[in-house]
Amino acid sequence: QLNCRQPSRPGIGPREEEGSGRYRRRRVHGMLKLYYGLNEEGKAEEEQESLDPCDINGPHFDPEHYLNKLRRECSLAELMDQETCMVKQIRSLDSDMQTLVYENYNKFISATDTIRKMKNDFKKMEDEMDCLSANMAAITEFSACISGTLQDQHAQITKLSGVHTLLRKLQFLFELPARLNKCLELQAYAQAVNSHRRARCVLRQYSHLPSFKGIQDDCHAIMDKLAQELRQKFRDGGSSAKDLAQCVELLLQLDEPAEELCDKFLSHARSRLESDLQGLEAEIRPYPSAPAVKDFIDRGCNEFVSSLCLVIASYQELFINHAQMANGKLHAFVDDLAARYFSLVERRIQEEKGVGDNSLLVRALDRFHRRLQAVAKLLPGSPVPNKGIEIVIRAATERVKQYLAALQSFYMDSLTDVRQALATPRDAPTSLPELLSSLSASILNQIKSVLASVHLFTAKDITFSNKPYFKGEFCSQGVRESLVVNFIKFVCQSSRQFCESAGDKGGSTPPVLLLLLSRLCLDYETSTISYILTLTDEQFLVQHHSPVTPVTTLCEEAREAAQKLLNHYVKVQGLIISQMLRKSVETRDWVNTIEPRNVRAVMKRVVEDTTSIDVQVGLLYEEGVRKAHSSDSSKRTFSVYSSSRQQARYAASYTPSAPMDTNLLSNIHKLFSERIDIFSSVEFNKVSVMTGIIKISLKTFLECVRLRTFGRYGLQQIQVDCHYLQMYLWRFVSDENLVHFLLDEIVCSSAHRCLDPAPMEQSVIEVICERG
Amino acid sequence: MEDDAPVIYGLEFQARALTAQTAETDAIRFLVGTQSLKFDNQIHIIDFDDENNIINKNVLLHQAGEIWHIGASPADKAVLTTCYNKTSNSRVVSCAAVWRMPTDWETASHESPDDTAHNPQTLELLCHLDDSAHGNAACVLWEPMGDGKRVISLADNHALLWDLQESSTQATVSSTATLEGKGQLKFNAGKWSPHHNCSQLATANDTVIRGWDLRTMSQIYCIENAHGQLVRDLDFNPNRQYYMASCGDDCKVKFWDVRNVQEPVKTLEEHSHWLVNCKGGGRSEELR
Repeated sequence: QLNCRQPSRPGIGPREEEGSGRYRRRRVHGMLKLYYGLNEEGKAEEEQESLDPCDINGPHFDPEHYLNKLRRECSLAELMDQETCMVKQIRSLDSDMQTLVYENYNKFISATDTIRKMKNDFKKMEDEMDCLSANMAAITEFSACISGTLQDQHAQITKLSGVHTLLRKLQFLFELPARLNKCLELQAYAQAVNSHRRARCVLRQYSHLPSFKGIQDDCHAIMDKLAQELRQKFRDGGSSAKDLAQCVELLLQLDEPAEELCDKFLSHARSRLESDLQGLEAEIRPYPSAPAVKDFIDRGCNEFVSSLCLVIASYQELFINHAQMANGKLHAFVDDLAARYFSLVERRIQEEKGVGDNSLLVRALDRFHRRLQAVAKLLPGSPVPNKGIEIVIRAATERVKQYLAALQSFYMDSLTDVRQALATPRDAPTSLPELLSSLSASILNQIKSVLASVHLFTAKDITFSNKPYFKGEFCSQGVRESLVVNFIKFVCQSSRQFCESAGDKGGSTPPVLLLLLSRLCLDYETSTISYILTLTDEQFLVQHHSPVTPVTTLCEEAREAAQKLLNHYVKVQGLIISQMLRKSVETRDWVNTIEPRNVRAVMKRVVEDTTSIDVQVGLLYEEGVRKAHSSDSSKRTFSVYSSSRQQARYAASYTPSAPMDTNLLSNIHKLFSERIDIFSSVEFNKVSVMTGIIKISLKTFLECVRLRTFGRYGLQQIQVDCHYLQMYLWRFVSDENLVHFLLDEIVCSSAHRCLDPAPMEQSVIEVICERG
Repeated sequence: MEDDAPVIYGLEFQARALTAQTAETDAIRFLVGTQSLKFDNQIHIIDFDDENNIINKNVLLHQAGEIWHIGASPADKAVLTTCYNKTSNSRVVSCAAVWRMPTDWETASHESPDDTAHNPQTLELLCHLDDSAHGNAACVLWEPMGDGKRVISLADNHALLWDLQESSTQATVSSTATLEGKGQLKFNAGKWSPHHNCSQLATANDTVIRGWDLRTMSQIYCIENAHGQLVRDLDFNPNRQYYMASCGDDCKVKFWDVRNVQEPVKTLEEHSHWLVNCKGGGRSEELR
């Protein structure tokens, strides 16, 4: 038992080494154990178990200690038992050991036997190996011998197979005519040409041999036929572009002259492209029935342009070896056809007159332009894309023109609307500022929407928008100048035309419209023009390379138009009142009139009209400045009956001796008073406008009076009328002295034209006037 | 004349009527008729001496009334017509008459220049151009470049063609034309065209200009709304037969081609008030 346990003991540990020398043996064990790589781990508990020095099977067993312990603890009997047990155990252990030694011995004996036996076997094996090597040498010799014999036959076989190949080739040659014929029948031209090409060199090389010559001739005949057939096919033109390309390729391989083929190819392609063009041409119809421009362009792109590209591509591929000659022809061809295509496209675009949705046209143009880029890529240096962009530019310019026309007609339509709104009797004057603002707003909106439409031409996703034209000139010259600036000019111009034509045709333009337009133009001058132009500049990021119309010029023009309109308004209104006054003076018999009791109705009408004009103008124009009123503005009296100087003048006129003095004083007086410019320009305010109108009216009154002859009561009636006018008109004008002066003049003139000038008492006049 | 100082002639009375005496070929002579309600009216004969840049004047009395229009015979420099207002019984009537100047007005004035102002000679009445049926005369037109035998008077809405006989002492109406339409129509002015053998007359009423053929006394053209306001006067271009100028209360002078009367050939708008007179010449001159 002890023996068995020993190998499992952990022999090495510093503690045991330090312990007694009895453990040296165990250390050796440990070394062995280390050698065999046995693991010491996991034995810890055994180690701990066996720490007891009284354990007889433990490694730390101390016989002295054990003995002492036994002696101390056990009785004699027990000791005796212990001893008996111990002796028994020792005896069994001894027998065990003997058995083990014996067994080991036996094993050594058997091992020795085995080694001896092995020695004998190896010997025998060595002999056999010698024999084997001798055999191998013999085999090698034999093999060499066989190879030597087979050498000759191999050469022969090689030769034979060479002959076989040659024969196959010959067979091919001999069969060639038949094969070619068959190919011809089956229309497998490519195969035929391929076969012939392979045979051609050989045939040519051996053509001095009659048999080959025959084959060659046959082949030639067949190939000629084939070429003929190809050409025929080529000429018929029924085949697709791909077939055609193949035809040409084959013919080229058959050594057809390239130039002729080029021409033929192109002429054939031309006929097909022309049919495309004709199809396109048929699509150009009068506007309503024609398909949309986008469809047209799509069709053009899909049919014509893609065919053209295909032709160019296949052509270049086919004639790549003859580039110099072929390219010239191709360019001419492409240019010619493209020109026709362009003319069609241009015709179609010109048909496009509706200005509703610009995006369709822009997209169509974009497509058109984009597809041409393919041609540009295929055919660098071709003028076609440039011409294309020219068309796009022309279309854009045309479009801008159409938009201008549309804007203009829109403007005229809005004016007509305004005119209608003014003509309808219901409270037109009150809505005047609203009309103005709605007119102005609708025009502005229209301009904005047009700008947005035109802006599509420069959108980022449109291919041609990055061309320098669309970045620069289109924005500045096209949109800014010919659209926006021209429209503004048109507005001014049309306004001016109202002034020129309307007056003659009996006032076909209602005066209110003139007033409205004048205000519109003035608004344009102050803000709208610069707003529109800024808007345009911002939207189109205009960089002006060429000089453009400055805002100030347009503003000046607008102001001029506004001024002209306002002047005209004054004139028209003035003349309307003048007309009334003139009729009233001309149709009356002033000599035989009765003593005045009332203000004539026409004067009341004049005052009423003037008041309503005042209201009208006040709606659109500011008040303006006037000279300070004197406290008795409405109560002025006229010089003819109030000033002593004038009294003297009348006294003088009764003395026949000095007839020339009659008017001397008043003439001198006139020389020093300010000259009144009747139809002069007015300022943009109500007072100035009213002053103008009243000046014109009163001047007419004066002139009419000077053409008539008055009786006493006629003069008095004029006095009454003038006083009435004085009472009401002074408030409208900038300088009341003006009204006073003119009315004074009227009364004086009528006094002068009076047969019996006896003026009325001022108090009576006042009573009459105040009575109404 | 342009080089010299302007020559100004002052009248004692207001005047509206002025004409050039075309029959006088030796001198530049104008006739002016005055307007005065209270005194005898006068006709001033003004000779302009363009060499010395001075003016000679003679005065003849026109006692019939104030003169609104004056016309000098193209054939006889002593004969003239006037349209004048006559006031009687507190009625004002417009009349027209043919007058002859006294034969010795020239000599008389030269011999005793001081007397003329005080004792002017009187015109001799040849005949009245009045037809009570036809209303108030607005103007009298001599046949241009004629023999002084034919005149036209415009009275209210009638145009009367008179033949003057017995050295202008008898006048008979040979034909008339009447303006018809709504309201009271009245001729304002007229001119006898010197072209087309003096067979055309142009008249103005209200804003309308009309052309008349004197052979048939029928209207040949009509410019509606020739001016925005009353047309005051018109005249023909003496050198270009189809061109006519007109003026009116709308302060415009318009030039017309009578073959196409839809639009004026040209419009001038330079004046600041009524245009009462216009005259066609090699260059136009207008009087306000």
